[in-house]
Amino acid sequence: MIELRGIKKAYRTGSNVLQVLKGIDLHIGPGELVSIMGSSGSGKSTLLNILGILDNYDAGSYHLDGKLIKDLSETESAGLRSRYIGFVFQSFNLIGFKNALENVALPLYYQGVPRKKRQEKALELLERVGLKEWAHHLPNELSGGQKQRVAIARALISDPKVILADEPTGALDSTTSHDVMDLLLSVNRDLGLTVVIVTHEHDIAAMTSRSIHLKDGRIERDVTNKPTADVR
Amino acid sequence: MFDREKWAEIFDTIGKNKLRTVLTGFSVFWGIFMLIILLGGGRGLRNGFEYDFRNTAVNSINIWGGQTSVPWQGLPVNRDIRLTMQDLEAIRHGIPGLEHISGEYRLWRGRSQLNYGENYGNFTIKGIQPEYRMLEQQTVIAGRFINEVDLADARKVIVIAEDAQESLFKDEDPLHKWLQVNGIPFEVVGIYQFESGGRGQNQSSSVFIPLTTAQRVFNAHNDVDRIAFSFSESTLAGSKMAEQRAIGILAQRHRFDPADERALWVGNNLENAETFGQVFNGISAFLWIIGIGTIIAGIVGVSNIMLIVVKERTREIGVRKALGATPANVVGQVLLEAIFVTGLAGYFGLVCGVGLLEWLSGVIPPSEMFRQPEVDLTIALYALALLVAAGTFAGWIPARRAAAIRPIEALRDE
Repeated sequence: MIELRGIKKAYRTGSNVLQVLKGIDLHIGPGELVSIMGSSGSGKSTLLNILGILDNYDAGSYHLDGKLIKDLSETESAGLRSRYIGFVFQSFNLIGFKNALENVALPLYYQGVPRKKRQEKALELLERVGLKEWAHHLPNELSGGQKQRVAIARALISDPKVILADEPTGALDSTTSHDVMDLLLSVNRDLGLTVVIVTHEHDIAAMTSRSIHLKDGRIERDVTNKPTADVR
Repeated sequence: MFDREKWAEIFDTIGKNKLRTVLTGFSVFWGIFMLIILLGGGRGLRNGFEYDFRNTAVNSINIWGGQTSVPWQGLPVNRDIRLTMQDLEAIRHGIPGLEHISGEYRLWRGRSQLNYGENYGNFTIKGIQPEYRMLEQQTVIAGRFINEVDLADARKVIVIAEDAQESLFKDEDPLHKWLQVNGIPFEVVGIYQFESGGRGQNQSSSVFIPLTTAQRVFNAHNDVDRIAFSFSESTLAGSKMAEQRAIGILAQRHRFDPADERALWVGNNLENAETFGQVFNGISAFLWIIGIGTIIAGIVGVSNIMLIVVKERTREIGVRKALGATPANVVGQVLLEAIFVTGLAGYFGLVCGVGLLEWLSGVIPPSEMFRQPEVDLTIALYALALLVAAGTFAGWIPARRAAAIRPIEALRDE
């Protein structure tokens, strides 16, 4: 599903060149549940940006579902993002003046899906994440865990191939963290989606089937985890 | 364009920043409002002056005798040039395309006294020829104007205006009554319509008698004060040519330098009208510049606000892009909002401006200087086109800024 070969990425600030990714080779198969770990400055955010087609890379190649992702125009990458990738963010990034239903339906708006159809599907997904009753509430009326579940529903609505989650539990307490992780795990298990979770929490990483440890722009370790008893 | 989602978002941002939006919209409102008021006012001035000229055949020339200021053919300066009936006939036959011509001999109202029984009044007496009626566009409302027979027989007939009728005859019908002009009896044969005001601010009217009668009664022999004539040519060049030709004829007859500007006083109405036209076009252009300047100030305001809105919503726009919004989506959104705010505010300005002008033309009495301020449909359409352009322009820079926002903004931690 995801095929990275020799990905390099550097940021230039003035005369300084900061080599953030120093050659990443990574293969993630369809239906895998992978966590990316690393301390800050290890390049994990940059890697996620590249995986999410939010940023470009200097050298190497990135194939997503067999398609080479390179030198795309903004419009092309917007189209690919909306078809292939569902994002889950640390700070939820729900739109404050839209209710839960509208937030979930938003990606379909950019795909040109009619309003009625969008809303039907959004309601279905809200039901799936257990928030059907909250459909018409604004984000600031929801708890953090509820917000993240709405965000997951939003990530799922465009039937993506990959879910990219950036510290999905970073802003949550441990109980709600586990609820959200359960949801992501079930998405992976029941829908067969590829899920990539960026985290720095070991117990979160331990719930995934494979952990990739980054250090100084390189893959330090690639560990296959034992199935955990934590999954309820 | 007619997308519910887009509109919902526009109303939402506007609703969240009511005061800011109202203040911004107000500057555009004010720009358009001022433009309409200025242009309407300019139109009122023009209408006032056009009204002044309504009684004058526009393609006509008036000539008065003057005094030479240049020696010519051995003749000295400061000779009085007195126009005569022979001059008039020479012009009548010497100007091709001449339409109407009339001499005028005038007795100012300080030197005249009219009375009918015990009722007295002072009016300027003008001895004229029948075609005078066409030159000054007089409307006869009862009886008739001076005719050729009156002129040939030097009859003692008089045409008076409504105000003279009122002061001399009260409620009596003046037609075929005899009144006294400086003690000489004249028969009233007609009444013409008189409107006070106009050029020269005439507050009271003139009365008309045949030119021949005037010359005889007031011992003027065959002198005329003024020769007025109109011609079929209606171009400025044509009128200048007729003017030069008439001056040439008179210069030859009275032996003065045709280039002597003081030998004759010449009023070319077409030239005057043209000059006024140019002055008013200049005023219009000036008013447009001021109005557009005001609107530009408004546009800058809207543009500024939109920039702030875009900046405030950077993260949201980043999220939208991560969720699949294309740059075109984002640009469209910002542009639509800018056009909506400027369009709505400007439309209000347009309506208020037109409303105020309507009200003003109702309460301000029409005068020579100013009457019927108005904006025509063309100006309103121009203003509207200007608005849409303004809105697009106001939104353009902020929209470009929004489109340049990178979706990784969404991943940045707060």
